[in-house]
Amino acid sequence: MDRDRTDLPPENVEPGRPRVGVDEWVAQVDQRRDRPTGIAGVARRIGEVVTPPIRLAIVVVLAALVPLWLGEGDLFNYGIFVLLYILLGLGLNVVVGFAGLLDLGYVAFFGFGAYFYALLSSEHYGIHWPAIVSIPLVVLATSLLGLVLGIPSRRLLGDYLAIVTLFFGQAFVVFVNASNPKVAGKGLTGGPNGVADIDPVSFFGYEFTTRTQQYALLLAAGVVVLVGLHFLSESRTGRALRALREDPLAAEAMSIPVNRLKLLAFGIGAGIAGFTGCMFATLLTAVTPGNFDVPILITVYAVVILGGFGSLSGVILGAVVITVSFQFLAPENPQNNARVLFYTIILLAIVLAVRSWWRLLLVLAGTVGLGIAVHAIVAAFAPTWTSGQAVEAGRFGDLISDWVIIPQGHPDFGNVAYVALVVALLVLTQMRPTYRLLAIPAVAYLAAVVWETSFVEQPAVARWILFGALLVVLMNVRPQGLLGTPRVEIA
Amino acid sequence: MNGEQAPLLQLRHVAKSFGGLRVVYDLDLEVRDGEIVSLIGPNGAGKTTVFNLVTGIYAPDDGEIVLEGRDIAGLPPHKITRLGIARTFQTLRLFLNMSVKENVMAAAYGHTSSTVLESMLRLPRARREEREIAQLAEEKLAFFGQRLVGYRWDQPAYSLSYANRRRLEIARAMATKPRLLLLDEPAAGMNPVETGEMTELIGRLRDEGGYSILVIEHDMHVVEGISDRVVALDHGVKIAEGSFDAVATDPRVVEAYLGLRKRASA
Ligand SMILES: Nc1ncnc2c1ncn2[C@@H]1O[C@H](COP(=O)(O)OP(=O)(O)OP(=O)(O)O)[C@@H](O)[C@H]1O
Ligand SMILES: [Mg+2]
Repeated sequence: MDRDRTDLPPENVEPGRPRVGVDEWVAQVDQRRDRPTGIAGVARRIGEVVTPPIRLAIVVVLAALVPLWLGEGDLFNYGIFVLLYILLGLGLNVVVGFAGLLDLGYVAFFGFGAYFYALLSSEHYGIHWPAIVSIPLVVLATSLLGLVLGIPSRRLLGDYLAIVTLFFGQAFVVFVNASNPKVAGKGLTGGPNGVADIDPVSFFGYEFTTRTQQYALLLAAGVVVLVGLHFLSESRTGRALRALREDPLAAEAMSIPVNRLKLLAFGIGAGIAGFTGCMFATLLTAVTPGNFDVPILITVYAVVILGGFGSLSGVILGAVVITVSFQFLAPENPQNNARVLFYTIILLAIVLAVRSWWRLLLVLAGTVGLGIAVHAIVAAFAPTWTSGQAVEAGRFGDLISDWVIIPQGHPDFGNVAYVALVVALLVLTQMRPTYRLLAIPAVAYLAAVVWETSFVEQPAVARWILFGALLVVLMNVRPQGLLGTPRVEIA
Repeated sequence: MNGEQAPLLQLRHVAKSFGGLRVVYDLDLEVRDGEIVSLIGPNGAGKTTVFNLVTGIYAPDDGEIVLEGRDIAGLPPHKITRLGIARTFQTLRLFLNMSVKENVMAAAYGHTSSTVLESMLRLPRARREEREIAQLAEEKLAFFGQRLVGYRWDQPAYSLSYANRRRLEIARAMATKPRLLLLDEPAAGMNPVETGEMTELIGRLRDEGGYSILVIEHDMHVVEGISDRVVALDHGVKIAEGSFDAVATDPRVVEAYLGLRKRASA
C-alpha cells in the first residue's frame, strides 16, 4: 500500500553536496539566486545597515528641511501634495497591500472626508465647528462608511469586489455632483461648484495659515500614521491581514476571523483617507466633485504600485516620484523640465534593466556613441535632417541638438519615428536578454529622437506619456514595485 | 480502553453530501485524550472531508460533532480553532509570501487580544504579547530540531522544500495552542528518511507536546508506527476500526484497497 516514489528526485551522485530537492539544496539555490549584485545589491546592503528607525529619522530630517529650500508656492505644489499622496497611499496600502482587497472605491472615502469637513467648516450651512471636534468626527464617520462598504468583501473577492467598489466610487462623484437648489440654496453638496471658502485649520486658537505651518502639520500627521501602521504591520493584526491576503481559508483555520479583519482593513484605510480629506479640504479651501474622480484613483494606485504593495517606505518613494514628476511637468513649468525628466527616465530605465556595472557602462557609451555617429553621418549626407534646433534649448538642449537628429521641414518625421519607437519597444520586450542588451542603445536613441521631434511640441500629451512610460519601465523592471518584496502567486 | 472518561472529540452520525454525492455517511468517530488515531482509506474515501467537517470548513448535513461536551457543528472555523482543534492541509496552504516565523506567529491570533489601537501605539500589552508570540513561534519551530531554525526563520515560506513545508504546517497548527491536532497526510511526498522522521515526530507531538492526534495517512509504515487505533473509511462509511493489525487484515479493508487497484488497472 506504499505510495510509489518515482516522483522523487534522483539521488545525487556528488558526495558532500545536498541531494536535489531537499531543503538544504533549496536553501543553497535560493542563496545563489538572491546574491545581491550590481546596483540592486548596493541598495540591499544599504537597506540592511540602515534600520527602520534610522531610515525614518533621516527622512523626517530631510523633509523638515524642505521648507528652507522651497518657496511658499513650491512648498504647496511639491511638499504638501507629496504628503497628501503619502497619507492617501498609506491608507490604500492597508486595504490593498496588507489585506489584498482590491478596493477601487477608495477615493470616495477621501472625498467623503473632504466634503464632510468642508460642510462642517464653511458658510455652506453656516457651520464652523472647531477642527479639534470636526476632524475626529469626520475620521470616525469615514471609518464607519468604510466598514459598511467592506461588507460586500465578506463574499466578494478580486475582480468582483473591484467592480462593486468602483461602482461606489463613481456613485459618490455623481451624488456630490447633483445639485438641487432647494437645499441650502446651492444643493446638498454644492453640485458641480462644490464647497468653497473652507475655514483654515486651527487647534485651540493656533491657526495654520502659512504653507510652512501647514506643511509641518501634515508632516507630523504623516509621521504618526506611518509609525502607527509600521507597528500595526508588525502586530497580530498586521500578520492576520497578510495571512488573509495569502490564503483566507488557511487564515480562518488558524483562528483568524477573516470576515472581521476584512472590514477592519476597510475601516482603517477609510479612516486615513477621511483624515487626508479633511486636510485636503482645508488646505485647498475648496472642494469640487472633480477632485475625487478616476484620475486621482489612478494616481493613488500608481503611488502604491510604484512603491510596492505592502511596503510603507515604498509609499513614500512612490508619492515623491509621482508628485514631483507631475508638478515638474505642469504646463506652467518650462519645457526643459520635461526634457530633463525624460532623459532621467531613460537613464533610470537603462540602469534598472542592466544589472552589472560594466555592462551599464558599455550600454551608456554605446548610446552616446551611436548618437554621435548617426548625427555625423546624417549631417554629412543630408544636412536638412539635422539642421533643426531643440525647442527651448538652453545649454542642455544645445548639446542635445548635436546628438539627436532634429530635421527641419520634414513634418511627418516625428510621427514616423513615434510609430517606429512603439514597434521597437514591443520588439524589445520580446527579445532574449543578450540581444536586448545590444538593442537598448538603439531604442534609447530612437526614444530621444521621438522626444525632441514630436513630444516637445505637445506638452500635455508628453506629460501623460512620460508618466505612463515611467510606470511601465519601473514595473517591468521591478514588478514588485520599487521597495516591495517579490511575491509568488498562489496556484 | 477506559470507558468512563468522556472522549475529547466525538462524531455522532455525521453525514455530508455534495450535490447528489454522499461523501460521508452516518459516521461515528472518537478521539480520546492523549490518543493517536489514524484515519485510512482509499483515495476519495472522504477522509479530508471529515477534517473539513470537524474544523468547520463545511457544516455537516446531519449528526453532531462534540468537542469536550460541546457541539461545535456549524461554528465558523476560527471559533473551532480557538476551542482547541488545529489542522494541517493535505494540499499545503502556507502563507507563502510571509516568513517562516511569521507563518507560525500569525496562528497565535486566536489566543492574543491586543486591540488595533494598542498595537498601533505599541502599548505595554501589545509589546508583551509580541514578545510572547515570538517566543512561542521559536519554541514551536525548535520542535523540528535543526530543520526550521536559524536563518530559515526569516526566509519566505515559498523558499522551503516540500518536506519543510509539511513541517511548517504542523508548527503553525501548534501555535494555535490546540488540544487536538488533525494532520492530513503529514508524510505525503517525503522520502523514506523524512518519513521515518515524521513517524517519530508524531509520537513526540503526543508525548512531549501533549496533543491528541487524528491523522490521515496512506503510508502503512507510518500508520503502524504511530497508531493507538485505526479507523478505515470507504465511500464515506466506516468499514473497520481497532488496532492496526486487526484493521490491516480486515477483509473489507483489504477489499476496499484491492478493489481500487483492480478498478485502476482495468
Ligand atoms: N467541496 C466539494 N464539492 C464536491 N465534491 C467534493 C468536495 N470536497 C470533496 N468532494 C468529493 O468528496 C469525495 C471525498 O473527498 P476527500 O477529499 O474527502 O477524499 P480523501 O479521502 O481525503 O481522498 P485522498 O486520499 O485523495 O485525499 C471525493 O469524491 C471528492 O471529489
Ligand atoms: Mg484527502
